[in-house]
Amino acid sequence: MSGGGLEVDEKAAIEHGLTAEEFADVCRAIGRKPNLAELGVISVMWSEHCSYKSSRAVLRDLPNDGPRVLQGPGENAGAVSIGDGLAAVFKIESHNHPSYIEPYQGAATGVGGIMRDVFTMGARPIANLNSLRFGSFDHERTRYLVSGVVAGVGGYGNCVGVPTVGGEIYFDRGYNENILVNAFTLGIVQADRIFRAEASGVGNPVLYVGSKTGRDGIHGASMASTEFDDETEEKRPTVQVGDPFTEKLLIEACLELMEKDAIVAIQDMGAAGLTSSSVEMADRGGVGIRIDLDKVPKREEGMTPYEILLSESQERMLIVARAGAEQQVRDIFDKWDLDAAVIGEVTDDGFLRVLSGGEEVVALPVGPLANGAPIYERPYAQPRKQAELQRLSLQDIPPPGDYNRTLTRLLATPNIASREWVFSQYDQFVGGNTVVRPGSDAAVVRVKGTNKAIALSVDCNSRYCLLDPYVGAMTAVVESARNVVCAGAEPIGVSDCLNFGNPEKPEVMWQFREAVRGIRDACEALALPVVSGNVSLYNETEGRPIPPTPTIAMVGLIEDVRLHCTQWFRNEGDLVVLLGRTREELGGSEYLAALHGIVRGTPPWIDLGVEAAVQQVCLQAIREDLVRSAHDVAEGGLAVALAECCISGPEGRLGAEIELEASIRPDAWLFGESQSRILISLQSRNLTRLREVAAAKDTPLTVLGSVRGNRLRIGRLLDVEVSELHSVWSGALASLMAEDGVEAG
Amino acid sequence: MMRCGVVTFPGSLDDADTLYSLSEVLGVEAVPLWHKDRGLHGVDSIVLPGGFSYGDYLRSGALARFSPVMDSVVEFANSGGLVMGLCNGFQILCEAGLLPGALVRNQSLLFVCRAAHLRVERNDTAFTNSCSEGERLLLPIKHGEGCFVANADTLERIEGNGQVVVRYVDENGETTQAANPNGSLNNIAGIVNEAGNVFGMMPHAEHACDRALGMDDGAKFFRSIEAQLARGNAS
Amino acid sequence: MQAKVYVTPKAGVLDPAGKATQKALHSLGFEEVRDVRLGRYITMEVEGDPTEVTARLDDMCRQLLANGVIEDYRFEVGETGVE
Repeated sequence: MSGGGLEVDEKAAIEHGLTAEEFADVCRAIGRKPNLAELGVISVMWSEHCSYKSSRAVLRDLPNDGPRVLQGPGENAGAVSIGDGLAAVFKIESHNHPSYIEPYQGAATGVGGIMRDVFTMGARPIANLNSLRFGSFDHERTRYLVSGVVAGVGGYGNCVGVPTVGGEIYFDRGYNENILVNAFTLGIVQADRIFRAEASGVGNPVLYVGSKTGRDGIHGASMASTEFDDETEEKRPTVQVGDPFTEKLLIEACLELMEKDAIVAIQDMGAAGLTSSSVEMADRGGVGIRIDLDKVPKREEGMTPYEILLSESQERMLIVARAGAEQQVRDIFDKWDLDAAVIGEVTDDGFLRVLSGGEEVVALPVGPLANGAPIYERPYAQPRKQAELQRLSLQDIPPPGDYNRTLTRLLATPNIASREWVFSQYDQFVGGNTVVRPGSDAAVVRVKGTNKAIALSVDCNSRYCLLDPYVGAMTAVVESARNVVCAGAEPIGVSDCLNFGNPEKPEVMWQFREAVRGIRDACEALALPVVSGNVSLYNETEGRPIPPTPTIAMVGLIEDVRLHCTQWFRNEGDLVVLLGRTREELGGSEYLAALHGIVRGTPPWIDLGVEAAVQQVCLQAIREDLVRSAHDVAEGGLAVALAECCISGPEGRLGAEIELEASIRPDAWLFGESQSRILISLQSRNLTRLREVAAAKDTPLTVLGSVRGNRLRIGRLLDVEVSELHSVWSGALASLMAEDGVEAG
Repeated sequence: MMRCGVVTFPGSLDDADTLYSLSEVLGVEAVPLWHKDRGLHGVDSIVLPGGFSYGDYLRSGALARFSPVMDSVVEFANSGGLVMGLCNGFQILCEAGLLPGALVRNQSLLFVCRAAHLRVERNDTAFTNSCSEGERLLLPIKHGEGCFVANADTLERIEGNGQVVVRYVDENGETTQAANPNGSLNNIAGIVNEAGNVFGMMPHAEHACDRALGMDDGAKFFRSIEAQLARGNAS
Repeated sequence: MQAKVYVTPKAGVLDPAGKATQKALHSLGFEEVRDVRLGRYITMEVEGDPTEVTARLDDMCRQLLANGVIEDYRFEVGETGVE
């Protein structure tokens, strides 16, 4: 028994990204040396991207269970119950490296891939979000990358008919040559109709559906597992091109087929294509699988087994059907003008066997392929400069002379300015569920056929994570939870996308471990399960790691959509109230970074008990219909949050008069980013009840002032017309993008 | 009772939303029509929905006009039937020659999605009889190729005949440059044919029917069709 | 001088536009059509030294007109007004 073809040696294995030790492990596991096609299969299955060999040991610590959890990590996406017999299916995933090489197609195929992960589970995708991180605007490629990525996200999502309802965009020079594109999709499915990727039933046919296979993206999975270097140019032809039109047809065809009783298991062919989808499906079901490459629909002539197995052509799925249901599958795919071909069957020998031209070209045991990669306990060490980075002496920082000007400058910084230039390029309406469009703390989409809605937010302040990855990751969790709470939702599930540098460096591994510890502690305190996610390592350029970026996607449930809430002031005369406490915390703030050029100090501390209480108070207040608006205080602090309440509403602007004076250093009071704070506006008659709700949770509540007029006045410090605030805030990103001609690839 | 057909082309996206708004929100009978259909299942009005038919890869609407169902749609329109094209549907109607002009890439070269103010130029059409003349409506737009163009003669004829039904305006109802989201000539957002029974516009009436989602002015277009049919559609 | 630049998807790179157009041609009865590829055709007037024009055009294509990751290009240079 052999896979046929010439054996490869250790040198070939190393060229495929395996270490010498891993190659020895491989030979031991299969009892011989692999041939080239087999090496290709093994190298992608054992790549960091597919095997999580550096992260798996650490990720075990994350909580992933709870009363609502229907599907935790390990499937195409996670699923949590939202009642009424329905489930929310969701996942966030990175597409960083492809997006740096070809921003439009990289971002587009990232969006396409994450949607397939969700509809594979039987869920109709109803909302997309994304988290995008670019270098600073003084870097020559930033504008080109921003416009390409945004156009790609829109180009794909818009054409597929899934609305993009929110997300975050950050600019930091730490991403100058390694941008991050993290895409998130939410779908809704009947809880008892969730499909999984677990092959079973010896003799059941394996069907290939969707686009034909070309030489796209061969070795994308191993590309995602290595750093960029000058030779990356050589890897260029591997970029895949997305075809959203085909994806739309694929969604409709798959969902239609799922209503029948034809599917045993189904999986997207994503990174590592046919190889990983067949191996993973066989492994989950504890069976073998046999595939005949001659039957695979191909776009190009003369493709080798190696190329067919490793192709990452998009918009393809693998289905294990019930024996006898082949024609039913073909009929539905015919209706949607898509290819469907029987290419193999489920076997009982636990092997992946691949035929080509009648010969067996791959014969590998499924278990070692899927789970045989070594699990590394990589060494870790706190970076030597960490303590120095955290040192911050506020005495050396002169407070601003003109607070009006400080506020307007902050509102115009790329990280705080309105994202309208970006969001207006995304279809926010299609699907007919969007209740709150991008621009509030969280997006809200209703669930048809119920009174419910889902609130969504993605968050990570990577500056905090650089200064203290433990606190930074905690902040990402609690802030995204706070955001959905401000929309009136109870947080019910998390998906995480952990973007880090090279894990073989102890400093990076330390950041990774600290961040996972932060996510764990925050999730445990808020009783939140992490049900899906993705790890993207080796995000480095010429040896410099990106700032640690554990992006958190939060899903919240609103029981009664009529009681959702938005961030902007709505009525003249309403009281403005702050939940939570403001401390003298300026470390890691946007104020220090953008206006003083200082990135140091410790990020604002979080008391998880206080945080949970603040969120409970806010949620209860919204559910009792006490409040008119609720807004998380985040980057830019209280002053920016107040300004956003004044200017971000779609139906016009309102001023505010804040009477309270600073009790701490004024710039820290206005622009410090103390956590666990929420700004609320409400009718004065509801104040007594709100005080009771807050008191019951020992949550500090301060009446700041009222919604009034057309100026934002904060004590004696600051007094600006809201039209001026709006003008600098709303136009900043568009004018930054327009400053230069766009460089082309 | 109104029986409105909604065509699904491969790549249509707002078809399901149109069906939902018609049947679940407005309470009228909505009939899905498939692009391979050769008949119209007895509908009394037709909506060509938004989306990216055939991916709109060649030219928006260029491939959809050759779908089998379009033969029936053209025949229906030519015999006086009420046809409304929204966004991609408008593009298809222009490509099929049922409406004059063409829709090209937005002047900004960017896809644009936002709420847009419209001014109703005529309320004596089958599609706007539930509006008042000069009324300002708020509807979503979302398109990459919504810039209405026509040659000078055609434009003059369209304007001269009063075929412009809705224009993009600002909050005060003025046809300013800033209010024009895509560079359309004369801020044109929607037009009818000379006979008055075929209407196309870029804004999405189907996404502005349900108060719960924020905007509901779009319902007026469907209610107008309903009223016209109740009167026997003597357009 | 007049330059004509042709930008096409690289061989082997998926061309969704070509694929959709080919399908539509087939459905209209043009069954004989194979391998439809959609590209861009750009014309321009170029002034300057005729001996350098080829190199300059090549730069233009590489830097702006074509996306080297997924597209090929070629160009022709001729006298203005001559077809």
